[in-house]
Amino acid sequence: MLNFSKINILIIYLLFIFIAVFSFLNLQNDNNQLINKKINLGLDLQGGSYLLLEINSDSLVKEKIQSKVIPIKKLLKDNEIKYKNFKINDDNLSLSIDNLEKFDLLFNSRKDNLVNPYIDNYRSHELDYTKINNNQIKISFSKFGLLTINNSALKQSIEIVRRRIDDVGTKEPTILQRGEKRILVELPGLKDPERIKALLGKTAQLNFRLVSDNNEFGTDELISENGEKLNISKRIIMSGENLVDAQPSIQNQNNEPTVSFTLDRIGAQKFGRATTDNVGKRLAIILDGEIVSAPNINEPITSGNGMISGNFTFQEATDLALLLRSGALPTPLIVVEERTVGPDLGEDSIKSGITSLIVGFILVVLFMLYKYKIFGLIANTALIANLLMLIGVLTILEATLTLPGIAGIILTVGMAVDANVLIFERIREELKTEKSIIHAFDSGYNRAKITVLDANITTLIAAIILFAFGSGPVKGFAITLGIGIITTLFTAYFLARHLTSLVVLNSKNKEIKI
Amino acid sequence: MTNYNFSSKFKHANIFSVTLFFISIILIAFKGLNYGIDFKGGTLIELRSNNTEASSIRDVLKNMDLGDVNVKKFGKEGDFLIKVEEKGDNNKLIPEIKKNLSDSLNSDVNFRRVENVGPKVSAELLQSGIIAISLSLAAMLFYIWVRFEWQFSIGSIIALFHDVIITLGIFSLLSLEINLSIIAAVLTIVGYSMNDTVVIYDRIRENLGKFHKLDISDLANLSINETLARTIITSVTTLLALFSIFILGGEILRGFSFAMILGVLIGTYSSIFVASPILKYFKVSYKTIEKEEEKIVP
Repeated sequence: MLNFSKINILIIYLLFIFIAVFSFLNLQNDNNQLINKKINLGLDLQGGSYLLLEINSDSLVKEKIQSKVIPIKKLLKDNEIKYKNFKINDDNLSLSIDNLEKFDLLFNSRKDNLVNPYIDNYRSHELDYTKINNNQIKISFSKFGLLTINNSALKQSIEIVRRRIDDVGTKEPTILQRGEKRILVELPGLKDPERIKALLGKTAQLNFRLVSDNNEFGTDELISENGEKLNISKRIIMSGENLVDAQPSIQNQNNEPTVSFTLDRIGAQKFGRATTDNVGKRLAIILDGEIVSAPNINEPITSGNGMISGNFTFQEATDLALLLRSGALPTPLIVVEERTVGPDLGEDSIKSGITSLIVGFILVVLFMLYKYKIFGLIANTALIANLLMLIGVLTILEATLTLPGIAGIILTVGMAVDANVLIFERIREELKTEKSIIHAFDSGYNRAKITVLDANITTLIAAIILFAFGSGPVKGFAITLGIGIITTLFTAYFLARHLTSLVVLNSKNKEIKI
Repeated sequence: MTNYNFSSKFKHANIFSVTLFFISIILIAFKGLNYGIDFKGGTLIELRSNNTEASSIRDVLKNMDLGDVNVKKFGKEGDFLIKVEEKGDNNKLIPEIKKNLSDSLNSDVNFRRVENVGPKVSAELLQSGIIAISLSLAAMLFYIWVRFEWQFSIGSIIALFHDVIITLGIFSLLSLEINLSIIAAVLTIVGYSMNDTVVIYDRIRENLGKFHKLDISDLANLSINETLARTIITSVTTLLALFSIFILGGEILRGFSFAMILGVLIGTYSSIFVASPILKYFKVSYKTIEKEEEKIVP
């Protein structure tokens, strides 16, 4: 075990130097280097906000099932299937029909089925029906139908969340899908997430509806921004989808902050027609079911440009413009988990993490020197090499360092010497029975090999499981612990062994104390 | 090599371990564990404000009807940790609490950390924590079974259970908070304790082949003595590192490092006094490993 070929030595040291060099990249400040790799600091160290958002698709399912009412009724009528007791429930439709076989055939046909489309990649229809009794059935979305609704709502939400966050202008946000219903948002450096949370908490469904007392579409009673009770027609003249731009502006006459908007071609046409036909009436601007304002239509607006006023502060006008620009969320988003760390706490954490790392390191180094003298020096050299390689690998992977991650590095320092301790203790035993010192060292390394491997693999298993199940900061711990074990094995079995062989072979069989 | 007579103390150690184990189970079952917001849901706020007393923070929050509110000093003078039990998802609550505190307290308030975990997420986190610990125990069981014999595998798992339960029992006794980092600590303890046990088992296996006439208690005693120097040195270096985190690593890592310190001490004890003597009950002898050799070389 003590004989190294020249090529082996070369490979070991080149590999060490190659990896260790990366650890120094973290010291550079500017970003215009040839290799721009660095360890990322986790949110708990650099400060920032972590938000986990969840979509709630209940309202969407309700809306979608309602949109199926007319096509289904038409299908039944066209094919002369009689039905009665047609009821619209929250997530299903129930009805009684006289010819179930015929209905089944039409409902589950795969060709050109516009009422109940067949989704090829799921091999399933969008809708399902179940028999309640004789001829009464219940129609609801199939498992995959729901999945499709969820998926598209989630994709769309992610897009809009991204637009809103980009618009606020935070640096390097991370926005990712998590599971079937959740969006993970990480905002490094953000001190106060309340504004972003408020912006993400609004769906921002904008509607323009006429104020009118009697109306063929029916009316809703809503309270205006001034506390007036108004009857609002259910008919939507135009919605936020037709907006191409919205900007905050100051109205010249009374310095009131407002939001001016620009419509697309279709929107401009719709808006032009509605305002031409209804001059003198009031138009309610409704955001998420609440009236923003309900001004009089003084003259037809055909230019496709308009303005929304509503007793805004300038900040409110800016935020409303941002929401309108980014588009409406398909469903409300709920923050199900939030973790925010202020930048000064992050700094404190880095400081105390580094301090305890240095102190822990010095204590371990002194203890090893005291215990093993010259071989303690070897173990310590291996320990320093180990740290450099650990940081080097983290840099190559551009891993995220968290506070528990720093704890993982410190723990690695404490546990890394174990490999060398195991070997040295074994050699001590061998020296008692073996006359040749070289042989004693050789068999010491050989016999300890299995033990060292077994002992480290158990900790590695724990680290891997922690990585798979842990979240955020804890994952950072699993990474440093896991990589630490691998670098420990390398430094103990290659670097320290080579250094030991130099000491032993140069001693020419003189007394060696370990 | 040391020559302590561990085997004479195995009996006492057994009684001691079994007693501790059952006291811990009773504590966990009846006193319960003090779950943090990670597993119970709720809101945590760490703030720094000079010239403020915990009582004045409590007064501000009392008027808000928030359910169970807990305010305590946290580290330095002027640092406080507030925990609010919450009813359901309520994302408007945090800005409201912040505003009330900023308005009502006389000095500047710096919100250093805000965490909120909803009831659904906390239930999921607890579930995945339990799965992770169970899975790690199962993985260890399997690994040792593959590398050694089933007797060793069962013995090491009993020792691991012993470590995990007693660590949690002490947390229950002292009402210390169980959060995500404690789960990480428990998993690391599982790895560390296993590491210690494996080293001794390895030596027992080696000695089983060498000394056919020794019975397993004497053999365990011999093996423990042969590896004792290593066991102690590694525990010392690991504890040096852990105490450094515990004392200097700041408030956030304190619970984690405390759990790890407990775990290292209990894990070291259990490798010597639980995992090794237990082999006797499975009638481990040199024949146990001979069979294995026949399997490999038919």
